[in-house]
Amino acid sequence: MSKLAEHLPILQVVVPLLAALLCALLRRGSLAWALALAVSWIMPVIAILLLQRVLDGGVISYRLGGWAPPWGIEYRVDLLSAFVLVLVTVVGAAIMPFARRSVAHEIEGDKQAWFYTMYLLCLTGLLGITVTGDAFNIFVFLEISSLSTYVLIAMGKDRRALLAAYQYLIVGTIGATFYVIGVGLLYLVTGSLNIVDIAARLAPAAAETSRPVFAALAFLTVGVSLKLALFPLHVWLPGAYAHAPSVATAFLAGTATKVAVYVLLRLIFSIFGVAIAFDTLPVSEVLLTLSVAAMFIASILAVFETDVKRVLAYSSLGQIGYITLGIGLANVPGLTGGIVHLFNHALMKTALFMSLGAIVYRIGTIKLADLAGIGRQMPLTMAVFVVGGLALVGVPGTAGFVSKWYLAVGAFDRGWWPLVFLILVTSLIAVVYVGRVVEVAWFREPSSFAAGAKDPPLSMLLPMLALAAATIYFGIDTEASAAIARRVAEGLIGGLK
Amino acid sequence: MPVVAPETHLLLAIAIPFTGALLIPLFHRQPNLREAVTLTTAAVLAVTVWSLLPQVLAGARPEARLADVMPGLTIAFAVEPLGLLFALVASSLWIVNSIYSIGYMRANQEPRQTSFYVCFAVAIGATMGLAFSKNLFTLFLFYELLTLSTYPLVTHKANDEAIRGGRIYLLLLIGSSMLLLLPAIAATWYIAGTLDFKLGGILPAGLDATLIAGLLALYVFGTGKAAVMPLHFWLPAAMVAPTPVSALLHAVAVVKAGVFTVLKVIVFVFGVDTLSSTGAAGWLVWAAGGTVLLASLIALRQDNLKKRLAYSTVSQLSYVVLAAAILTPVSVVGAALHIAAHAVSKITLFFAAGAIYTAAHKTHVSELDGIGWRMPWTMSAFAIGALAMIGLPPTAGFLGKWFMLSGATQTGQWLPVAVIVASTALNAAYFLPIVFRAFFAEPVRAHAAGAAASHDDDHGEAPWPMVLALSLTAAATVLLFLAPDTALSLAKLMLEPVTR
Repeated sequence: MSKLAEHLPILQVVVPLLAALLCALLRRGSLAWALALAVSWIMPVIAILLLQRVLDGGVISYRLGGWAPPWGIEYRVDLLSAFVLVLVTVVGAAIMPFARRSVAHEIEGDKQAWFYTMYLLCLTGLLGITVTGDAFNIFVFLEISSLSTYVLIAMGKDRRALLAAYQYLIVGTIGATFYVIGVGLLYLVTGSLNIVDIAARLAPAAAETSRPVFAALAFLTVGVSLKLALFPLHVWLPGAYAHAPSVATAFLAGTATKVAVYVLLRLIFSIFGVAIAFDTLPVSEVLLTLSVAAMFIASILAVFETDVKRVLAYSSLGQIGYITLGIGLANVPGLTGGIVHLFNHALMKTALFMSLGAIVYRIGTIKLADLAGIGRQMPLTMAVFVVGGLALVGVPGTAGFVSKWYLAVGAFDRGWWPLVFLILVTSLIAVVYVGRVVEVAWFREPSSFAAGAKDPPLSMLLPMLALAAATIYFGIDTEASAAIARRVAEGLIGGLK
Repeated sequence: MPVVAPETHLLLAIAIPFTGALLIPLFHRQPNLREAVTLTTAAVLAVTVWSLLPQVLAGARPEARLADVMPGLTIAFAVEPLGLLFALVASSLWIVNSIYSIGYMRANQEPRQTSFYVCFAVAIGATMGLAFSKNLFTLFLFYELLTLSTYPLVTHKANDEAIRGGRIYLLLLIGSSMLLLLPAIAATWYIAGTLDFKLGGILPAGLDATLIAGLLALYVFGTGKAAVMPLHFWLPAAMVAPTPVSALLHAVAVVKAGVFTVLKVIVFVFGVDTLSSTGAAGWLVWAAGGTVLLASLIALRQDNLKKRLAYSTVSQLSYVVLAAAILTPVSVVGAALHIAAHAVSKITLFFAAGAIYTAAHKTHVSELDGIGWRMPWTMSAFAIGALAMIGLPPTAGFLGKWFMLSGATQTGQWLPVAVIVASTALNAAYFLPIVFRAFFAEPVRAHAAGAAASHDDDHGEAPWPMVLALSLTAAATVLLFLAPDTALSLAKLMLEPVTR
């Protein structure tokens, strides 16, 4: 057993990868689903074990093939990566039971196995990015997750899904290219690809010639920001979320952008911030400005959308703004808020997109007008939506409040009172876009679509109820969320030069 | 002594309404059982809260801790005399209001009654949590829950007007609490390092008076439920709700939660002494006094009975704020008493308005000529409520005003005195004509032809549960004047350090 425990970091990646290959050979959707479900439920076990080990014994370094870093590839699990691993795997585990009926409903029979194959590949990529300690290896996994994501999106029912996938393909490729250029520049000045090694060699290199180093920072940041849909590099996201199959949207909204944020954190806090005095990096100003713009513009756009999936997509952009705001604040409470919001937002947004998936499953549409009266027909589904919505607003007693409190304290610490106010104003805009849906769903006479609809079967209902409950739970007990995020933030800030 | 520990008792008082909210939907198809659940829950709650009274009077202050959310942010409860007084009033009136609701909802054949009773129970649970909160965070948590749980009650009718009213309600209350109250709480935490209520305040000494005044403004206007102008719009808008909601929630639980919060903040966060020595609450006398008078002037012009009552509530709420802003122990006692007094009397007025609507389908003051002889119980109760609004003996309204006036005159603050005197005249001017019309004006005959054209001739009193309820609260209005001991001693205990 202890032999196996040593190999947990690689198992986290290899198990879904092999399962994906196996899945591709399966013809029947239900078999493929069973495999994906089994893998999705093993993954959080591995992730939580890893988190436990990191909490007990510090950073885990795993040598791939026994080759010592910096020559070999190192898998490196610290508290931040373990936290993100848990987040990604938990979202996957919650979605898979939900997926069977939703996928069967939205995707043709012979393509279902492919859907699960792509899902597993995407999971492999996301977990690989998180677990590896090698900058180029991150690129490889980034491509694995991106390519599979393009396919997942293109599987949407509508032909517009193809266009959305194509748009994302182009933007995503640009992002990946930028990332590789950045890594190349770093390799030029440091001669290494291992993150820890780069960080160690970067300081003398930057003292000698700073221009390529800053160019690398710019390329990397822009590349990753395309992936995490930081305003104004977000244009691909609403279409992709709106037209992808419900399960894919729920999974991507909960995980993909979060992992991209993880990469950004790594770049800023584990490479550049360690090597170069943080204040001289033009990171904070840029992130803060763009974050506030995202929070406002995206939230306002969400108010005027009539497609509820798009409402939530724009809301995601705004919420990503909160996360990057926390990074831009670059103090312990602010960063804690950003990191814990990775987790909290994953919970609430996945729950929200699952509730929309359940509605699509029952009535086939999520246009706002068609949802009239749906709250009375599908009360539990809409209850999940309301809980998720309240968390988006940041009502106390929900996970969203915890994130915002830390962000506000972070802004206070910097003495930026107006920023606190801006955070709260955007919360209020969330009241409007959530309230619009709630109003139509509960207080309008049932539409022809809504009449006769009822809550989905338990296999779909239970996972989203569980996530909604978690959204409330992590608003009251933050031992497993904010407390860990705080330790992560302390570690990251403490490592800054 | 009770069998259970006081701490358990306290937690029960908060848990009982939520349990009721979970049980009610189980009897969705059996209305009688469903209402029995509501009534039982209300009764059990009232007994639980009342049984806390002897202990508190004896000097005990039960406390309970539920969860540590974040460092410094704890969900914790403590029984404190002012909170107990508020909880006593709200829980006792819930029983009466439930009796009334049953009559009203059935007689008016309202839809979706199950969700009505569920939201109602949650709102009462939130009120209990708020009344017993030990710190600002807990208070804020239940403050927001109260807003959210009452929103579906405001929009209950689900027509365009109700939805519009609901929007104003939600945006104004959530908006003010998010943009002003939450920053105030965060700033308090930042400055004081704690959010626990403490007699005499928690702010460190030597703060700048302007800062204190600014912080106080954030609290007062952030507490939109206290309806200090210009944040009062939500209250008239909320009148689209069914009358039992207006009666218990928008005359008692929600609005009193607002003034309770303001009072609590003044006494237990700032400290009366800090405020009076720095003069940081001087502006509040003007703001509250202005609201008292302006709201009364607006009320004068309202023909819709419920709207008139709503503006009267806005005015009466600011009495409490005004009394707190006078910053003398006597006036603070007056503020606490007025919370109780206004609760029992305003609920009576709303009950009467709902009874008139149910029996006669009338909503406007100008339609009420001669109605007193058809509905003698209702209109007599209304008259008692009206006297309390004016502040005349033998009603509870007299008590609060008396303490406020003596507090103000003792310290020579003549502005509040002038406001109270002027507003008393205004109160009389918009309440007495209703009573006069009801009993002494000739009934207007309907002009339209046809048998069903008018209810003028064919109605009596509303269904008996409603009449019973409004008679009970009218009696309570008088009783609180005749036997104010409990309320008075709680109000006074609030300002005494814990003896145990």
